[in-house]
Amino acid sequence: MVDKKVVVYSTPTCPYCKRVKDYLSRKEIPFVNHNVAEDRDAAKEMIKKSGQMGVPVIIIDGEVVVGFNKSLLDTLLS
Amino acid sequence: MYELMIVGGGPAGLAASVYAARKKLETLLVTVDIGGQVNWTLGVENYLGYQFIEGPELIDKFQTQVSQFPIDQKIGSKVTRMGKVKGGFKATTETGDVYQARTVIFATGKRPRRLNVPGEEEFTGRGVTYCAICDGPVFSGQRVAVVGGGNSALEAALDMVKVAEHVYLVSLTPLTGDRILIDKLSNAKNLTIFTECQTERIEGQDFANGMLVKDIKTGESRRLDVTGIFIEIGLSPNSELVSSLVKLNRWGEIPISCACETTVPGLYAAGDVTDVQEKQILIAAGEGAKAALQVHHYLQRLKT
Repeated sequence: MVDKKVVVYSTPTCPYCKRVKDYLSRKEIPFVNHNVAEDRDAAKEMIKKSGQMGVPVIIIDGEVVVGFNKSLLDTLLS
Repeated sequence: MYELMIVGGGPAGLAASVYAARKKLETLLVTVDIGGQVNWTLGVENYLGYQFIEGPELIDKFQTQVSQFPIDQKIGSKVTRMGKVKGGFKATTETGDVYQARTVIFATGKRPRRLNVPGEEEFTGRGVTYCAICDGPVFSGQRVAVVGGGNSALEAALDMVKVAEHVYLVSLTPLTGDRILIDKLSNAKNLTIFTECQTERIEGQDFANGMLVKDIKTGESRRLDVTGIFIEIGLSPNSELVSSLVKLNRWGEIPISCACETTVPGLYAAGDVTDVQEKQILIAAGEGAKAALQVHHYLQRLKT
């Protein structure tokens, strides 16, 4: 597995966010999680980087993924 | 040609997959996603065998169980056309793949209903959202509107009054949700309720910044300055693909017999896309199982 920088923006109540985090954990991929429900600066950063306000947002080495798109995550992480 | 094609990967489609695999039917599962509406559910407290399970975990368990069987799975494939061919059916996907099967179980579920007003599509994801439990907290400290008058709208409003600066609840009808939820909302100081008001348009620049609502009794329109708009006006069945094959009911659902048959021999349907009473994970799973067993009988009958 190539080392990639993975950042997740999520809320604690969002089922898709949980699926993303479970998916990464299962693949043993380390990631930084920002809880945008609590962290206003992270929320602003997420909106700026993704151009939208929905969670989850996953950033893999600068590539922005909105939502739990498993096949796209598979591609970006391979 | 497969013996069975299952379209849809929610509880109905996945249960059908397990039952079809156990009957050793040559089966293809083709679906946009795994889990369907369970993906929007954080906690499930009424699926037998679990006093409480998180939606994502339940989906994982379903998927693990399906993956134990040697059935073909095309996940992430959106079917865009369904039709009949000699001796069966044909599905064409967005990417142009064509799959054929002698029978079909159509289990595509439901999706959030759209308002169909100007600006809605443009600002989806940029202020407009259909998943209040997902995106609600992103709008904390902001002025937001919840559109709808049923339980899901009331629950979204209850969640949002805790975090938003102000919440407008805009309903086309008088509030139809449970009394207990309405009572809970009556204590909120940062809430304004507009009933019998129609949402006319959503406005903004890069992101939504307002919506126009019209009082249907007085005809008066007003603009609400909001940056978040939560649309909670119920669900629509994903039945368009078969609308040329079967006559849908007035809600767009696929009418089925108690054996999950449609009016087209070999075309079965299961779960929330059908007219079955009550939309529940447990019921959809049961319907999917039943549809697969009925397909098995149907294929046996064709052989004899």
